[in-house]
Amino acid sequence: MKILVCISKTPDTTAKIAFTDNNTKFDTNGVQWIINPYDEWYALVRAIELKEADAATVIHLVNIGGADADPIIRKALALGGDEAIRVNADNHDGYFVASQIAAVAKEGNYDLIFTGKETIDYNGSSIGGMLAEMLEMPFVSLASKFELSGTTATITREIEGGAETCEVALPVVVSAAKGMAEARIPNMRGIMAARTKPLNVKEPVEAESLTTVASFGLPPAKAGVKLVDADNVDELVRLLHEEAKVI
Amino acid sequence: MSVLIFIDAAEGKIKKASLEAITYGAHIAQQLGVSAEGVVLGQITDDLATLGKYGVQKIHRVADEKLNNLDAQVYAKVIADVATATGATVLVCSNNVDGKSIAPRLSVRLKAGLVAGAVALPDTANGFTVKKNVFSGKAFANISVSTDIKIVSLSPNAYKIEAGEGTAEVVDFSTTVEAPKVKVTNVEKASGEVPLTEAEIVVSGGRGLKGPENWGMIEELAKLLHAATACSRPVADAGWRPHNEHVGQTGIAIAPNLYIAIGISGAIQHLAGVNRSKTIVVINKDEDAPFFKAADYGIVGDAFEVVPKMIESIKKMKGGA
Ligand SMILES: Cc1cc2nc3c(=O)[nH]c(=O)nc-3n(C[C@H](O)[C@H](O)[C@H](O)COP(=O)(O)OP(=O)(O)OC[C@H]3O[C@@H](n4cnc5c(N)ncnc54)[C@H](O)[C@@H]3O)c2cc1C
Ligand SMILES: Nc1ncnc2c1ncn2[C@@H]1O[C@H](COP(=O)(O)O)[C@@H](O)[C@H]1O
Repeated sequence: MKILVCISKTPDTTAKIAFTDNNTKFDTNGVQWIINPYDEWYALVRAIELKEADAATVIHLVNIGGADADPIIRKALALGGDEAIRVNADNHDGYFVASQIAAVAKEGNYDLIFTGKETIDYNGSSIGGMLAEMLEMPFVSLASKFELSGTTATITREIEGGAETCEVALPVVVSAAKGMAEARIPNMRGIMAARTKPLNVKEPVEAESLTTVASFGLPPAKAGVKLVDADNVDELVRLLHEEAKVI
Repeated sequence: MSVLIFIDAAEGKIKKASLEAITYGAHIAQQLGVSAEGVVLGQITDDLATLGKYGVQKIHRVADEKLNNLDAQVYAKVIADVATATGATVLVCSNNVDGKSIAPRLSVRLKAGLVAGAVALPDTANGFTVKKNVFSGKAFANISVSTDIKIVSLSPNAYKIEAGEGTAEVVDFSTTVEAPKVKVTNVEKASGEVPLTEAEIVVSGGRGLKGPENWGMIEELAKLLHAATACSRPVADAGWRPHNEHVGQTGIAIAPNLYIAIGISGAIQHLAGVNRSKTIVVINKDEDAPFFKAADYGIVGDAFEVVPKMIESIKKMKGGA
């Protein structure tokens, strides 16, 4: 079994969000970078569990990014990836990124490709689907459970007001949401081993971008909270009914 | 030229998110001076012609039973066929669970730039630029699409449904439908009546509620308001509530009209999933809880006293109204 896990680099969840260059660039000053939580906690850990259940499984990691992504790739190797490929390009258009991953995937002939549900910075939730279309593979999004029996995957996904379980034959692209696995922390042995695991850097293939960020902005600040006394709950209900008109 | 709206259904019924997408797509069509058309896949029990009141003029139906369950690969092919046959230049869908699997595939199939999670009408004065949320609702971005065909998936609860007059012409569209490779074997309904992502009101509880046995009042309040229930991450992690109720940066992102946060501190990762709610009410016994900074209304007090009073007060109001 060969598994490819797509790993992206995102700002830490507490990072201050600000923009520079006339609101066209994210201000990376002082930002701590992490592996996108969905990629790490769910996609990667589930892949590691599959490997633990079947020693013949190999896990490759792929990242499209600059050299500043290497620390997070090393961390993913420390958690349990066997080998990593970084395509040296800094471009956030989903179509471009998916094209690069597709090129890597075609070469590696994977049985299973995991992505996270979405990146917590660009919130595209689209690279898995694009990749699947490029590879002409089925795609199951937002998986909260993933089981494998032979070459058939049984996947549960959250849908509006419930959950749906489906079956699909490998190869398949799956995007991982909460529930797939439990977050882990790398141990000392993993960290030591990661230093010598291969991290291969490749140059990007020719690919287009279909979208560009014209500008960023911050939402208007809240006007401030209107506090109501705990002994006067009726007043809160009145305000919600008459002023906010939400109940 | 037309705007083509993907109208999705579950168990034969049109989803609310699709009504938002229809209104939104119809407004784009007006803006561009072209027709608004829809595409519906699978066997639908709802009356499609009445969807005309949301502004769609013509609906292309592919009533093949192979389309009753979602296989994004099969869906994308059929929708792309309709788009090509009708000369659609803008495709609209909801950025709900179905949209998230279909839109990216369509983007590749049609080589069309995708804006996932739009929150406003596109600016078409000079090109095609769409506003969407980024950084989990902490910021927005204006995304320019440079391709001939554009795909916009609309964030749920970001655009108001508008109903007017009109009936849509419903026509059958025929094309080959491949056999799905993804076979749905089971669909389980969540216990709550109102799906979290579609709810207008959400009542949410945090660790301040002490334990799962105290959720009775949360559920009662939710039921009274016809609301969905949600929770903070530690609450789901501890197994007090099901995982699908976890909202926030690593859970579900929601944007209801009213979000009532009870015993939740308002950590930045929690806010990331709920800060697009139109009105936020916070009930917390700690006046320094960070959530108050993001709230519209608040009560500093003990949830175990405030919530029962709130239930009584709303009952009184509903009884009197
Ligand atoms: C990478 C990362 C991602 C995360 N993602 C998420 C996410 O998606 N969603 C999420 O929710 N969290 C997330 N978290 C966790 C987050 O940082 C907070 O730890 C969490 O939101 C706190 O949950 P809480 O408010 O329920 O609990 P607490 O922080 O323990 O707060 C409990 C609150 O209840 C109040 N309280 C106590 N008793 C009462 C009472 N009787 N009446 C009224 N109020 C009372 C207290 O004053 C306190 O403010 C994430 C963290 C990390 C590091
Ligand atoms: N630059 C990248 N390199 C590798 N994988 C990525 C990259 N960007 C996104 N992904 C993967 O695609 C998923 C969805 O991303 P997005 O569509 O941008 O929300 C992420 O969770 C990652 O698994």
